[in-house]
Amino acid sequence: MSFTLLAQSTIGGVLLGGIYGLLALGLSLSWGLLRLVNLSHFALAFLAAYVGYGLGTRFGWPIWMSGLAILPAFFLIGIALHAVFVRFKVGEFASMLVTFGLTVLIESFIQWVWSADYLKYETGYTQDTLRLGSLYIPLLELVAFGFAVALALGAWLGLNRTMLGKALRAAAQDGPVAAAFGINAAGLSYLLAGLCAASAGVAGVFIALTSTLAPSQIEAWIGVIFAVVIIGGLANPLGALAAGVLVGVSEAVTMALVNPAWAPLVAFSILIALLLWKPRWL
Amino acid sequence: MALIEKSARVALPAAMLLLVLLPFTGIADFYLSYLYVVCFWAALATSWGILSGYTGYWSFGHAAFFGAGVYTTATLCGKFGVPFLLTVPLAAAVAALLAVVIGLVVFRNKGLRGEFFALLTLSVTFVLAAIISNTSIDGGAGIYLSKVALPQIAPSVSGSIYLMGLLLAATALLVSRQILRSRLGEGLLAIHDDEDVAEVKGVPALRYKLIAFAVSSAIAGAAGSIQAVYVGYVTVGETFSVTVPLYVVLMSILGGARHWAGPAIGATLITVAQSLVVGGGHAELGRAVVALLLIVVILTIPQGIAPRLLRLFSRRGAEPQGTGVQQLRLVDTKSDEAAIVGGKVILECRAVAKSFGGIRALRGVDLRVNEGEILALVGPNGSGKSTLINMISGHFRLTAGRIELDGAVISGLPPHEIARCGVARTYQIPRLFDNMTVFENVRLCAGFSGAGKETPDDAARRWLAFIGLSEKADLLPPALNLHQRKFLEFARALAAQPRLLLLDEVLCGLTPPEVDQAVAMIRKIRAGGTTIIFVEHLMRAVVALADRIAVLDQGTLLALGPPRETMQDPRVISAYLGTPHAA
Repeated sequence: MSFTLLAQSTIGGVLLGGIYGLLALGLSLSWGLLRLVNLSHFALAFLAAYVGYGLGTRFGWPIWMSGLAILPAFFLIGIALHAVFVRFKVGEFASMLVTFGLTVLIESFIQWVWSADYLKYETGYTQDTLRLGSLYIPLLELVAFGFAVALALGAWLGLNRTMLGKALRAAAQDGPVAAAFGINAAGLSYLLAGLCAASAGVAGVFIALTSTLAPSQIEAWIGVIFAVVIIGGLANPLGALAAGVLVGVSEAVTMALVNPAWAPLVAFSILIALLLWKPRWL
Repeated sequence: MALIEKSARVALPAAMLLLVLLPFTGIADFYLSYLYVVCFWAALATSWGILSGYTGYWSFGHAAFFGAGVYTTATLCGKFGVPFLLTVPLAAAVAALLAVVIGLVVFRNKGLRGEFFALLTLSVTFVLAAIISNTSIDGGAGIYLSKVALPQIAPSVSGSIYLMGLLLAATALLVSRQILRSRLGEGLLAIHDDEDVAEVKGVPALRYKLIAFAVSSAIAGAAGSIQAVYVGYVTVGETFSVTVPLYVVLMSILGGARHWAGPAIGATLITVAQSLVVGGGHAELGRAVVALLLIVVILTIPQGIAPRLLRLFSRRGAEPQGTGVQQLRLVDTKSDEAAIVGGKVILECRAVAKSFGGIRALRGVDLRVNEGEILALVGPNGSGKSTLINMISGHFRLTAGRIELDGAVISGLPPHEIARCGVARTYQIPRLFDNMTVFENVRLCAGFSGAGKETPDDAARRWLAFIGLSEKADLLPPALNLHQRKFLEFARALAAQPRLLLLDEVLCGLTPPEVDQAVAMIRKIRAGGTTIIFVEHLMRAVVALADRIAVLDQGTLLALGPPRETMQDPRVISAYLGTPHAA
């Protein structure tokens, strides 16, 4: 076991953690602030990934252009979905089941359009890396990590430092009372739902660039990301990112030290350990 | 009703006999396999309902327990040649053991709400799948079971598997029905509505949840065991897919998760519907249709089909539970004075302290309450009155100090054990079991207090009559007004036949005539020998009822004594009205 290998896998883990944090962000906010557990967040991210792939391979769009198209589209999808939740007064549990169903629907749709085969989105810059001494840093994943940090910081500042964010948190704690103080809780919740879906779109674009796509992969992410959301604390953007990095690093180090096949176990072992330990933020 | 029951009693065994004889009629194997699939899903969905439907702790990890069963049989039977029938109970045991271990981890964490449970069970599925495919149990290649010898209980293999499936489904339904009609079921339904209150009323929530989890998983494990030989070749991907939890949850919701027959009804409907949709090889389309159905069902009929069906059938003649109460001895009324202040201490609080983070809600309160006494707990808002009630009933743990009931330490005991020692309480804002009828609400409290000389049903009728809610016995609590809800809260506490009754602002929000009625009632209860501590802001009632008043201020005991003198104490006046008034 060389130092280089350990450092290299730690870097890989941190960067993977960025993607985890990116995916966990929207989930954590909608769960914590809207009391909606959106299982279809992953399916939406993969839908964005496939759309980005489709636009790139079929029409030759550069990825930033696909991204710019995906963002507003997903913002609207989020709002439409939230309208359904509001119309039927969907609670925490029902939201899980409805979005569970939606996940399967989206998965079927993806399979119908793009088939169940594995796809890899190759671009000219997919393999670009930075060299740091004897260590390599994949450029795309570094950019993804940058986005994850920027979004997490932005969300944190937005929630804690702006009137809008404070209003959102107040509305989440007690909607009717917040409304009595003149907060437009309904409008805010639509905004947040749209933003969460848009963040799934951002995550999806990076998933398209950095990993292999297959509809069955949707389910593979559910477990890990929920572990990250819970470890990070609900509605805590920075916590979600930190938890993502923690899980990512522990997975990568396990892969390097033990055996790649055991990596999925790590996130859940951390989760179970935390449940036993019961820290205050959980 | 009677007619329906009688015809059901004949029809059910007849239908069962028909189903059992089916393989011997020379029917084509195709149909037997099809019926097996229906039985399989009915058993699996019913087993899910035993924990998740009744308690509301929704498991998304049913595949884990089902899969534990599949791989127990696949390993023992396929690799080591253990006779199949022997592996079925083993599969059930392995699944149940897994459930108990997970339950011990998850259920112990009080702050862990239902949705965490759902996700955690889902996580367990992934962990288990990873372990099985990475170790020699499966190794990633799958296990063949096609050469396994099956017991010849029917002319064909399909017939034998069908009969086993039928037996399992029937067993699952029977178990689920028995549980629902027992104390266990009553407790599980109460946990669903309000777990904290269920604990305070004497339901051993942790134990009940573990039992339900183990039974539910054992049936799922047995189903997995039979399914393993039915499919003949098991893989990790198929076994631990999300299809199992998705279908099981959908079936239960469609049928009605709170009814024993609901999941099985849903399972039958979905399986049949799916076979109609999927005529050919469009499995993916079938999945999408089922997913769409799930969404529509949850949005439009959250209660499920079974309750509606049953309401249709039992519209006629269901007799209300509360009737037939005409002549009941309400309370043994000793003369008012006889009971007062016998001098024997029933409750003793010693230096009781409680901190919430940095806030010290109680800073060492010493208080002795005599048997048969009515003690009023008064003080400004935030002085720690409700906190003290919550400490005595076991709702909160003490930060320091101790509480004794009749000389035995009760602080530190779980709430349900404190309840069984004879402590009952009401909540300031009524916390009723909203999905149980008024009658069932009271009966549960009578049954779980462990004090009854009479049956819980009798006790429930008596106390509903006492508070004048017999007419409403069959309604659900949300149909009551505030006054009735408060009185129902009262009846629940009384039905426990407590030695010590804690009343948290029962009078607040009532009209003056209702207050008079309540005051009279509290007098009657004390006349029956019950010691009462009540928190109250309404001074008229405090002076009318209390033998002594304890005044709390900022978490300390400020004054204690007879009502009038205590209320004129300058320190008490200044605590209530500010210092200038005391001068």
